[in-house]
Amino acid sequence: MTPPPVAPPVGPPLLELRGVGKDYGSVIALDGIDATVRAGEVTCVLGDNGAGKSTLIKVLAGVHAADRGAVLLDGAPVTFGSPREALDAGIATVYQDLAMIPLMSIWRNFFLGAEPTRGWGPLRRFDAARAKEVTRRELAAMGIDIRDPDQPVGTLSGGERQSVAIARAVHFGARVLILDEPTSALGVKQAGVVLRYVAQARDRGVGVVLITHNPHHAHPVGDRFLVLNRGRSLGEFAKTDISREELTRLMAGGAELEALAHELERPGG
Amino acid sequence: MPGPLRRLLVKPELGALVGAVVVFTFFAVQSEVFRSPRGIANWLDPASTLGIMAVAVALLMIGGHFDLSAGVMTGTTALTVGIVATELGQNIWVAIGAALVLALAIGFANGWLVTRTRLPSFIITLGTFLMLQGLNLGLTKLFTGTVTVGEIDEAPGYAAAEWVFASRVQVLGAEVRVAVLWWVLFTALASWVLLRTRFGNWVFATGGDEVAARNVGVPARRTTIALFMTTAAAAWFVGTTLAVRLTSVQANTGIGQELIYIVAAVIGGCLLTGGFGSAVGAALGALIFGMTLLGIPYLRWDADWFYFFLGAMLLLAVLANRLVRRYAEAARR
Repeated sequence: MTPPPVAPPVGPPLLELRGVGKDYGSVIALDGIDATVRAGEVTCVLGDNGAGKSTLIKVLAGVHAADRGAVLLDGAPVTFGSPREALDAGIATVYQDLAMIPLMSIWRNFFLGAEPTRGWGPLRRFDAARAKEVTRRELAAMGIDIRDPDQPVGTLSGGERQSVAIARAVHFGARVLILDEPTSALGVKQAGVVLRYVAQARDRGVGVVLITHNPHHAHPVGDRFLVLNRGRSLGEFAKTDISREELTRLMAGGAELEALAHELERPGG
Repeated sequence: MPGPLRRLLVKPELGALVGAVVVFTFFAVQSEVFRSPRGIANWLDPASTLGIMAVAVALLMIGGHFDLSAGVMTGTTALTVGIVATELGQNIWVAIGAALVLALAIGFANGWLVTRTRLPSFIITLGTFLMLQGLNLGLTKLFTGTVTVGEIDEAPGYAAAEWVFASRVQVLGAEVRVAVLWWVLFTALASWVLLRTRFGNWVFATGGDEVAARNVGVPARRTTIALFMTTAAAAWFVGTTLAVRLTSVQANTGIGQELIYIVAAVIGGCLLTGGFGSAVGAALGALIFGMTLLGIPYLRWDADWFYFFLGAMLLLAVLANRLVRRYAEAARR
């Protein structure tokens, strides 16, 4: 999973945050966040629980509007009033709990909300044959091996589900793909599979925002890293500027972790 | 387990199909009347009016909701047809049109309240059920001074209405009520909508996981309201059929039926939690109901056994469906 050489930035980035902030009542959930997402790159957002990762997703996905600062799409400021608007602008979000219906088949899930139709008037119907065909093709293109697109999504493993969700977002022309903790509930092997699909999406020219609290997952696949702590940015780093160890240290609050390690050491050990 | 077999087992209507075959065989072997064309036409009749409702209720259940007002709504629409046609002296088609508008309004109100308040549809429609029950009695007494609306057949336009809603047709040497044909038609239509249209996909999604459905852009609210209006429209059709067929309507018509519709839908494979089920299954559930209702007197058993039998069928169906679903889903873990 070697990242391709980062192309020199040309023109405005796909998505840019400038001093974005968001309050819930009197609680400042997010403040002064700067970040950049470029096509064909992975921007990782790292942070511990409560760092503001979820709030950041909600701002990007159009669930909440930012209270301060600006979100720029192709260099022009935008505000999304609903997830639908963000989606129409090419920003797709794959949530942690997934927008998939367990009892429905893979192909029905794949096209949910954007079903292809044939015929017209009262005979306009869901083109099931095409939906199955496209599902099989798109999953194969992402290197996802599904035996039977008719099987219910509930019978897939967590990693397979994430992969189908990513393939779906890419198929529907996502230019920016936001992944909310895609590896958090997975075992080591499954997480590796999902990260491979993240790289696939990146190689197809999608700008990926990968939200995670695991620097070991973020570092190999990421091109730039935004570290959050209690709603504030600890900085945005290019991959060349930061090692995995530094990233881990920064994320965990540096000195705090060292103190903890010291405290947990066996006496005299 | 091989693919084709598993795919057959996850079909929600499989249990109801097996049940219908078993029930048919049970009665047909013991009663000659039961298996005669006339007998079949006889037990298809209660199955048909129940089936039209059960199919609509199944769609609603797949969409994740209940409608306890569905039964009493057949009474409300039947009484509306009667009162507008006789007490207000209108053409029967005007009365039927008025009843449709009223039914759709009630269905919309149910759906709107459920989606707005996010309260369980069980409670909301229990409220409408009781309100309609009171209105049916109150208004009927107000208009007629009794608890019955009668002489509907004297309204202008009755002959045409009778042809559409209450005639008999010859099918394979037996005289069958036209409601049976409507039932088959509505079942086919509902099945097609559910499995082969975008709306059908949204119904499954809304019932399966409303939040997830919304996240990918499914208009869950509109879908829910449309489903409540569909159930109401079915109640209108059945209510009109009753009014035209019987020519007089009791003010307590339809009360208690709402649970029978749900029973038929559940026997047909609908999950109480939504997101799974089938229209054909619900129609088969209604068929089982019809066969049992008439099969028991054909065997000269006491009719009191009917409800015991229905309850046992329901329990069996729920257990069988759960087993099949677990088996099918566990196959790949």
